[in-house]
Amino acid sequence: MTDTTVETAAEATSADTDKPVHAIVERKASPWRAPLAFLAMGLALVATGWFQSPAVALTILNMSLVSAIMAMGLNLQWGYAGLFNAGVMGFTALGGATAVVISHPPVMEALGAGGRELALSALIAVAIIATVMFIASATRGRFRSFLIFVTVIAGYIALRPVFGAAVGAVEAVDPARTGFIGGLGLPITLSWVAGGVVAAGVAWIIGKVALGLRTDYLAIATLGISEIVVSVLKNEDWLVRGVKNVTGLPRPVPYEIDLQQQAWFSDLVEQVYAGRLAAITDAAAREDALRRFIVEGSGHFVKIAYAGLFTIVLLILLALCVRALNSPWGRMMRAIRDNEEAAAAMGKDITRRHLQIFILGSAIIGIAGAMMTTLDGQFTPGTYNPLRFTFLIWVMVIVGGSGNNLGAVLGGFVIWFTWVQAEPAGAFIIEQITRDMDPSTPLYQHLQDIAAPFRLFVMGFVLLLFLRFSPKGILPEKVRHS
Amino acid sequence: MPEATDILNALVLMTNFVFVPALAYGSQLALGALGVTLVFGILRFANFAHGDLMAFGTTIVILMTWGLQAQGITAGPVPTALIALVPAILVTAIAAILIDRSVFGFYRKRRAAPVVLVIASVGVMFMLSAIVRFIMGTDDRRFSDGERFIIRAREFREMTGLDEGLAIQTTQALTVGVAIVTVTALFVFLRRSRTGKAMRAYSDNEDLALLSGINPDRVVLITWIIAAALATIAGALYGLDKSFKPFTYFQLLLPIFAAAILGGIGQPIGAVVGGYIVAFSEVMMTYAYKRFATYLVPETWAPEGLLQFLGTDYKFAVSFIILVVVLLIRPTGIFRGAVIK
Repeated sequence: MTDTTVETAAEATSADTDKPVHAIVERKASPWRAPLAFLAMGLALVATGWFQSPAVALTILNMSLVSAIMAMGLNLQWGYAGLFNAGVMGFTALGGATAVVISHPPVMEALGAGGRELALSALIAVAIIATVMFIASATRGRFRSFLIFVTVIAGYIALRPVFGAAVGAVEAVDPARTGFIGGLGLPITLSWVAGGVVAAGVAWIIGKVALGLRTDYLAIATLGISEIVVSVLKNEDWLVRGVKNVTGLPRPVPYEIDLQQQAWFSDLVEQVYAGRLAAITDAAAREDALRRFIVEGSGHFVKIAYAGLFTIVLLILLALCVRALNSPWGRMMRAIRDNEEAAAAMGKDITRRHLQIFILGSAIIGIAGAMMTTLDGQFTPGTYNPLRFTFLIWVMVIVGGSGNNLGAVLGGFVIWFTWVQAEPAGAFIIEQITRDMDPSTPLYQHLQDIAAPFRLFVMGFVLLLFLRFSPKGILPEKVRHS
Repeated sequence: MPEATDILNALVLMTNFVFVPALAYGSQLALGALGVTLVFGILRFANFAHGDLMAFGTTIVILMTWGLQAQGITAGPVPTALIALVPAILVTAIAAILIDRSVFGFYRKRRAAPVVLVIASVGVMFMLSAIVRFIMGTDDRRFSDGERFIIRAREFREMTGLDEGLAIQTTQALTVGVAIVTVTALFVFLRRSRTGKAMRAYSDNEDLALLSGINPDRVVLITWIIAAALATIAGALYGLDKSFKPFTYFQLLLPIFAAAILGGIGQPIGAVVGGYIVAFSEVMMTYAYKRFATYLVPETWAPEGLLQFLGTDYKFAVSFIILVVVLLIRPTGIFRGAVIK
């Protein structure tokens, strides 16, 4: 009971000045705010290219694009509907695993060794689920629970040996190189769609179970699910090789080494660097420089190609999200978010709408997860960690502006940039502190390791600063009163 | 029929690999869940930073332990960390109060929605985990000293003549002992003392408590002191029993929340019961029963597999399944905790 009193009290006071996150904006924000913020972000990237190196800037740009899509997915759930999804990492990892399953060529020996048993296990699993669903719909009360319990236990006993044999056979096939069933060998860009579909399917199951819980409970439940998803991917070696990682995934863009052989590419490089090449007088040296530029340029070209692909996806999703937000559906979602009771009284089905938006948001995160694995060219389940893949995305949404799609995109850029640059910044600070210290002391050596966690510190600080002083984020939610 | 010695062997085996570790782990979870549940009861938000508060407390314990060891002070057979606990609790409590003053207090004053406090706790989590890594790095650290075992497996075998050994580590016994003392002290405090009663009143009905003249600031202050003390004790015991690694403390958050919700969030007794249930389920679900079974069934029935329900890597799944089942079947938890919408 006490909780409801707290919440109503919160709503009562928030009406006048400040309800931090989902506030109603009375004063209109300047129309220049978004373009200026994006311009500043672009300048920061250009400066990175200038002072550090173009490769660093392009790498940041690519991951920023992916992060922006993740933030957009989370923004759909949190900003539109007020759902606290602390399982972003799980959906990202699912998307990544899908990328492997879609693009990796099938491992025929493994399929020959354990394929039949795997198919049989799948059949048994489907049979169990179908039986449970039948029992759930056909019977009632104690009897139902008993029957379901018996079915699950019996199914487990039937499944375990078949599945165990399948896994053993698959994982025994050349474990140093494969030891898993491989994938479908399809183009990896297809996995971006498939990753979204898989994430949506899992989100449907999770939503059925966990939605309708209080906000903090949903957060804890989703946090748990994401841990389970990652531990399944880490341990089920037969599926995506677990912590042995899958590397060398096919690319949607050309390889550097192929580019360097192409005549059109060297012509392009010659044109781009014409000025700098002309400055070199010695013919041999010029030839040398051209060679260097071609190698360097091929790396940049690949990154730019990724950036182009990602930008297209980002723009499509952004357009869809903006349209959705401004449609009657978006208005309904905001109405549900701001006052569930009132929306329910108007005949809106809150649980269904929540499920819908939870699935949509998770699908977008899944797409981004598949894109990230494509960009890396490898799937490494061991690197998924909730601070980086769940809570960092939260910082992006809060800082960018929850409820505003452009804000989420901007947040993705700003926070990823800060996250990457915080480490060299930390290293620089440490260098300044330790400049006059004796390098052989333990304190000096200890301080050298501090640079990496420095970014965690910066992220926490940025989140708390924004939450307190600018809870609506850089680009606040736009609310029109008609 | 299995012989009497076989049954004894099987029982010793279970005690050694299931009962003793689960009891120790359960005590650590219970203390952690108590902290979470108290903060939830009084401040009404799920504190995501609790795992990292535990790590912070443990960090201070380790620093103090090193300091004491450097001075040549040890606690004899028990780990020096036990002495270090007292000053470490003090430091952690001050840190918790400072965090509340600078972060949570602001939102409490404005009566912000609970979820805003949850997000703020994520920010605190980031910063605390950074501070812990600044001080300790990211590697495993052991800081246990003194006598390692109370009973060694070999001694036990020689003593009893059984095939199976029973080993009880000092840290395990210590964990259970300290947990019992702490929990008892906390319950006496909550039941008997004026402040404890005020806290319970505040947790039951904030407005009524305020009308009765209870000072909310004092209640919040005491809550943080107790939460910090519990976090430090739980963290130090966990670190002594296993080892200290910053990231594992973050991962403890899930079983701790599961324990708190299972017992009924906001209910101290529920947190304790929940802690033990989660710990026992986790250990029992991931234990391979093969050897246990071979003692009890005739040789011809001997099982082929490991008789393990879940791989040890899936222990998170156990906490999570408990969490989901509770939320679906009895969302208020065993002891009727906070009302859930």
